Amino acid sequence: MKPRAFEYIRPGSLEEAVKIIADGGGMAKLLAGGQTLLPMMNLRLAWAETLVDISRLPELQGVEETANEVRIGAAVCHAAIEDGDVPDPSNGLMRQVASQLAYRGVRNRGTIGGSLALSDPSAEWPTVLTALDAVIELYGPTGVREVAINDFVLGAYDTAFEEDEIIKSITIPKHSTTTRWGYFKTCRKAGEYAASLALIVIDHERDVQRAVLGATNGRPWDLPKTAVAMVDAHEWLPQKEHEVKAMIAADIEDNECKLNAFELRIHSTTILRAARETLK
Amino acid sequence: MKKIKLMINGDEVDAEINPRTSLADFLREKCRLTSIHLGCEHGVCGACSVLLDDHPIRSCIMLAVACEGSEVHTLEGLDDDPMIVILRDAFHEKHGLQCGYCTPGMLITARDILKRIENPDERSIRQELSGNICRCTGYVGIIRAVERAAEAIKDKGLEIP
Repeated sequence: MKPRAFEYIRPGSLEEAVKIIADGGGMAKLLAGGQTLLPMMNLRLAWAETLVDISRLPELQGVEETANEVRIGAAVCHAAIEDGDVPDPSNGLMRQVASQLAYRGVRNRGTIGGSLALSDPSAEWPTVLTALDAVIELYGPTGVREVAINDFVLGAYDTAFEEDEIIKSITIPKHSTTTRWGYFKTCRKAGEYAASLALIVIDHERDVQRAVLGATNGRPWDLPKTAVAMVDAHEWLPQKEHEVKAMIAADIEDNECKLNAFELRIHSTTILRAARETLK
Repeated sequence: MKKIKLMINGDEVDAEINPRTSLADFLREKCRLTSIHLGCEHGVCGACSVLLDDHPIRSCIMLAVACEGSEVHTLEGLDDDPMIVILRDAFHEKHGLQCGYCTPGMLITARDILKRIENPDERSIRQELSGNICRCTGYVGIIRAVERAAEAIKDKGLEIP
């Protein structure tokens, strides 16, 4: 359970970090919190000739709040989000998500940018940031570019950034204080990766209604019919539950990827519970 | 090999470190701090938990070389810590351990729970302890010990920093 030997570099700037990975021929890997990479290296499922430690880079730490959005540095850890140390653009949703993410010892190290860079389908942030319409800022040899989350998370562990690019920040539009959200994560043990993950966000003031399913076998699924069904929901009446169940079934049916009986049941139930949470 | 300087239990330590050495192996093998117990070595069991700049982390998935300039506390350095004193008594009283392998990690985590959560109920203690695995007690004694420690902190009017 020890990683094979590697070199360790802690660059002083983002520019320097990009240069090292660009020159590394794919064998130099970025290390942020290391809460997935280091276990994988211990298990020898991953390896690198050089680890480039970007966890302390000042360019990746800051948080910027403007009238309409919050920009979170990629190396901000989950615990800082959980504790409200960074402004919350999501009316409490992101804090709740962070508090259920793995364990506190992991949350103190693991970063939002690192989670997104790996984009494990069962991880929280790719799904949650999809529902919040985040924009990802990437820093590379030719400068900075921005990619909408929908164009960033392409599939399981598949993302739209190049090997010599670094996630610099994540910008999330500020949701109104009347935003209702429901979040439900199904896992057998608290803190585990999700077996299913669903999220509903209704912001009347900004005319946003989103329902998203995570922990699929690819990128997060949009559930537009379920979202619409939740727009006018104020009470969880039997009639509403019936309607929402039908819309969940329709959204799942619409997706080109077909679920087996177990997946169908666990995902349908998780979405329904997230919908019910929206009204709490 | 890389040279690093860090504080361990209040003492300044200079060391030459192979980059692949985990903080856990460094503390246990080089510093002989044997409260560091290695269970799973991939961040699942929590037995190797230590405080890095006063926040609990898993030392098996933290590189020692990345701790340059940081302050590390292990259970050895918390002998007289008022919260650890209370927790130690509570674990004793409520039978919070059997073999003791998970105990250092449990104490580090329990201290953090009591620091962050005022009046933790059983559910929140269970959730917060879910990252520390115990294969003997069935957890009930540990949870009661944390509840007991929370009461004792209140009774004594201990101020939590």
